[in-house]
Amino acid sequence: MSELKEELKTKIIEQLNLEDVTVAEIADDEVLFGDGLGLDSIDALELIVMLDKDYGIKLTDPKDGKKIFESVNTMAAFIEANRA
Amino acid sequence: MENTYYISNYCSIKNGKASLNGNSQITSSETEIPLVLKNIYKELDLNYRKFFKMDTLSKLSFLAAEMLLKTPTEAIEERDIAVVLSNNASSLDTDRKHQKSIADSTNYYPSPAVFVYTLPNICIGEICIRHRLYSENSFFIFDDFSGEHLFDYASSLISSKKSNEVLCGWVNVDEENYEAFMYLVSTEKSKIEHTTKEINRLYQEL
Repeated sequence: MSELKEELKTKIIEQLNLEDVTVAEIADDEVLFGDGLGLDSIDALELIVMLDKDYGIKLTDPKDGKKIFESVNTMAAFIEANRA
Repeated sequence: MENTYYISNYCSIKNGKASLNGNSQITSSETEIPLVLKNIYKELDLNYRKFFKMDTLSKLSFLAAEMLLKTPTEAIEERDIAVVLSNNASSLDTDRKHQKSIADSTNYYPSPAVFVYTLPNICIGEICIRHRLYSENSFFIFDDFSGEHLFDYASSLISSKKSNEVLCGWVNVDEENYEAFMYLVSTEKSKIEHTTKEINRLYQEL
């Protein structure tokens, strides 16, 4: 699981163009949207595409993303439970 | 159109060089446009994380506007500055990236972050968000730079009291080619009169 979390942090930084943010700076339980890492609605869509492309998980209802993308912890748990 | 307006400031970004009022401000030794723009961003000492999420056209426009308007302040918001930009490549540079992501039906993963920039006027939106401009704005696609059209449109905006000032210019990105030329039209008297001849002269200086 910790390997997956590190992988997710790297992907988040690369795919969301988070310049000047390092893997070490993203805590496992850090809130990704709003006051935390400051991601926005377009980032949420990018994360949905990433789940599909890299882990074969399709989110049928984008509203589910709110809980799934709360933190790296919640993302990793969701991927572990649902990946093909 | 009988009123006389003035070009208070102008700037350009081309061939790795960013100039303000004809004076070179920043020179980048990089040749690839993403690195050139990143250099200019760093040299301008900006701290705006969203910059790195923009497409190349928006980054180029953002930096040129930044040189003219500097750090956002309430004073800028109150100046009522309209934005009129133009180019001849529209958003083609980003359109190609989007097209590439949807060309293969077996590997069909369009990026939302790329797709949102597949319109040229999005770069105006980025400038307006940064400087809190709630003013008139337009983006024109021309075959070539048209000082005459920009002159007419900016003059009309000010004379009809749609705005007090106009941020005008040409921002173009097509593969490895890029250039930005922006200027501020104002009613306040300055050295350069706002005429088609002067606009074309300043553009030719690039």
